[in-house]
Amino acid sequence: MFVGAGQGSALLGIVIGAVLMAGLAWVYITVLDNERIARWITILGMGAAGLLLGGITAMIVGLLAGWFFAFFIFWLYEGRYRRKLLPYLTGRQVLWHYAFRVTCGAIFVFLITPILVVLPLSFNAQDFFTFTPEMLRLDPEGYSLKHYRDFFTNNEWQRSFKNSLIIAPIATVISVSLGTLAAIGLSQSHVPGRRAIMGILISPMIVPLIISATGMFFFYSDIGRFLEGTLGMDKNFVGYIKVVLAHAVLGIPFVIITVTATLVGFDQSLTRAAANMGAGPVRTFFKIQMPLILPGVISGGLFAFITSFDEVVVVLFVGSASQKTLPWQMFTGLREQISPTILAVATILVVFSIALLTTVELLRRRSERLRGLSPA
Amino acid sequence: MTDATQSGPMLAADGTPLKKSLARSLRRRKLRALALIAPLLLFVLLSFVIPIVSMLFRSVENSIVSETLPLTVIELQHWDAESGELPDEALYAAFTKDMVAAVEAKQHTRLGTRLNYEQTGMSSMFRKSGRQIKRLDVEADAPFKEKLIDIHDGWGDVETWKVIKTHAVPITNGYFLNAVDMRRTPEGAQSQPEDKQILIKLFGRTLFMSLVITGSCILLAYPISYLLANLPMRVSNLLMILVLLPFWTSLLVRTSAWKVMLQQQGVINETLVWLGLVADDARLVIINNQIGTIIAMTHILLPFMVLPMYSVMQTIPETYTRAAKSMGATNWTTFWRIYFPQSIPGIGAGSILVFILSIGYYITPEIVGGTKGVFISNRIAYHISSSLNWGLAAALGTILLAVVLLLYWVYDKIVGIDNVKLG
Repeated sequence: MFVGAGQGSALLGIVIGAVLMAGLAWVYITVLDNERIARWITILGMGAAGLLLGGITAMIVGLLAGWFFAFFIFWLYEGRYRRKLLPYLTGRQVLWHYAFRVTCGAIFVFLITPILVVLPLSFNAQDFFTFTPEMLRLDPEGYSLKHYRDFFTNNEWQRSFKNSLIIAPIATVISVSLGTLAAIGLSQSHVPGRRAIMGILISPMIVPLIISATGMFFFYSDIGRFLEGTLGMDKNFVGYIKVVLAHAVLGIPFVIITVTATLVGFDQSLTRAAANMGAGPVRTFFKIQMPLILPGVISGGLFAFITSFDEVVVVLFVGSASQKTLPWQMFTGLREQISPTILAVATILVVFSIALLTTVELLRRRSERLRGLSPA
Repeated sequence: MTDATQSGPMLAADGTPLKKSLARSLRRRKLRALALIAPLLLFVLLSFVIPIVSMLFRSVENSIVSETLPLTVIELQHWDAESGELPDEALYAAFTKDMVAAVEAKQHTRLGTRLNYEQTGMSSMFRKSGRQIKRLDVEADAPFKEKLIDIHDGWGDVETWKVIKTHAVPITNGYFLNAVDMRRTPEGAQSQPEDKQILIKLFGRTLFMSLVITGSCILLAYPISYLLANLPMRVSNLLMILVLLPFWTSLLVRTSAWKVMLQQQGVINETLVWLGLVADDARLVIINNQIGTIIAMTHILLPFMVLPMYSVMQTIPETYTRAAKSMGATNWTTFWRIYFPQSIPGIGAGSILVFILSIGYYITPEIVGGTKGVFISNRIAYHISSSLNWGLAAALGTILLAVVLLLYWVYDKIVGIDNVKLG
């Protein structure tokens, strides 16, 4: 079927493939009548055909296809497709059920493919953005770590990476410390003007980045001129201050939202009990409240960190060349001198985000357990 | 309570009336809460709200003309622009005086750039005449009218003075008029010449493409949210990873992935050619145009649609649909009359979120959009970094901000800002 398509006549290929499969199915069902043997024959047969026609990669494709066809034939024949469904469904409903599943599968593939495509391409030995014939043959020659080497030795990339590692943590610390305090204040009853305050605090998330960047561009260049001119600060240092402040503001809404969500389930009588036993407010906070809301604080911090680490529009407008961050470098790389090193960086960042996702998920579970909500 | 009514107001331990004592402690708690909020509130106000407000001001602020040419502006008030005659000698004298001072302070090129937004050619006119006007002596070389016209023909053109007069006001609506393809003229607001009308079209395109992106997000997100909400917890948690992983991956990683996939020599085209579905010389053009932007942004914003839909669909009880079916409804009726209406809040929340996000997007259109697939935000960035027409950039930003805030107000009415959830 695929072979036919590969020769340039897709329709004919599909028809031949379907006829072949029908024949195969007829043979299996009437002659062989032993599922396991039939399955192995198909898998190995298709694999061998693939090996003969197009090397190792085709063999793997053939093996997978063989497995699928064998499974599919018996799945249809034995009516296994009905096994997990309600017995009274009509044929059309069953068909609909599986069509729906296949559609959803396609959408999930759409969601995940771009990320999956980047990973192998980053090991490309050529400076191409596409799969080379060597790569498709799974030839070790076709793969190399040279783009990673480039990332770790190229000054430009290293400097931007370092800048990201300086700016993001400082911005995160600012937004987490201020944000947590404010979230605790907001979660108390009887705060006058609560909605208005909340609206202002999460506005950095609402306003489109390009507008925040525009506003900050005008304002921070004035501030920067003041700091450099009047206070005589170092230009480089002022640049960092500007970017850190801008990023801290952008991260605040995430801290506020996650921490207030954690505080919703917080039992206020615990702090009262602590106060009752003679602990001061500071001690109560660090000994009682902080450990309980820590998961929320950390995941808010992670959100703030990723916001700053991933941010490019604002830094593009507010920062100068010496504050070039990793996303900025990627952005210019994508726009101007496009180099495959970007894919290596992308892969590193994907691994990084998987780690972050895992952390946040674990923290969420822990927080739910601590608050006595049902563990999912 | 009976005690209190019999023996006057109830007293706290220290002898003050209980009501007063309670009120005091309440007040103290309020103050403490506010004290906790205050540092952050100040921080956000200073480093975020003020910049935005200053941007709003910048979109109407126009003091440059009256600051650079103070005497001329006064004289211009006596001149009747409608008469079609050139101004008198007094104005030329005032203008020369202003220009000499401006050239001294190196301000005249800035003014030229500013006026160049309104009428092309102004910038070079100011720059060229600046050099020669500098040599004139304010006292000795009068009269100036002939001399100035000798220096540059433009000073003998009524249009030049009309432009200066029109834009001499300190607060102008000129930038906003420019932002909607109009311009400020002595006769009031008029529309720009045909070849300069691009911004309205760009606004229209931004809205249209945001709508298309929102629509395709709804189409793609609805089935998978339904699936996720109806599968057993264990399976749906696993599948949820496929939604959350793109959500957590860096925006630039996803954008570069799409750039790699959509190129002429990219993964999608290569695969299609290999399969024989597309001829080698007729590769699909799916990057640097609207299709590229729509595909990439639909992918990037899809999680923002799935998450609210999923959380709404989870709360729809299965018993409702079963009840409908047991009363004889067909599958379609059950879905359309029972399930769908209950899932509308999720669709609403998700689509407003996606629409708001997409309308202000900059990075992805810039990289995969080429020239035909860019948004209004790319135009703002262009005016800030390349053409340096900051007033127009601020005006465009203000309009965009107004649209977004309006949408958020709607979002707040439907969902409530407090209900924003992450992850």
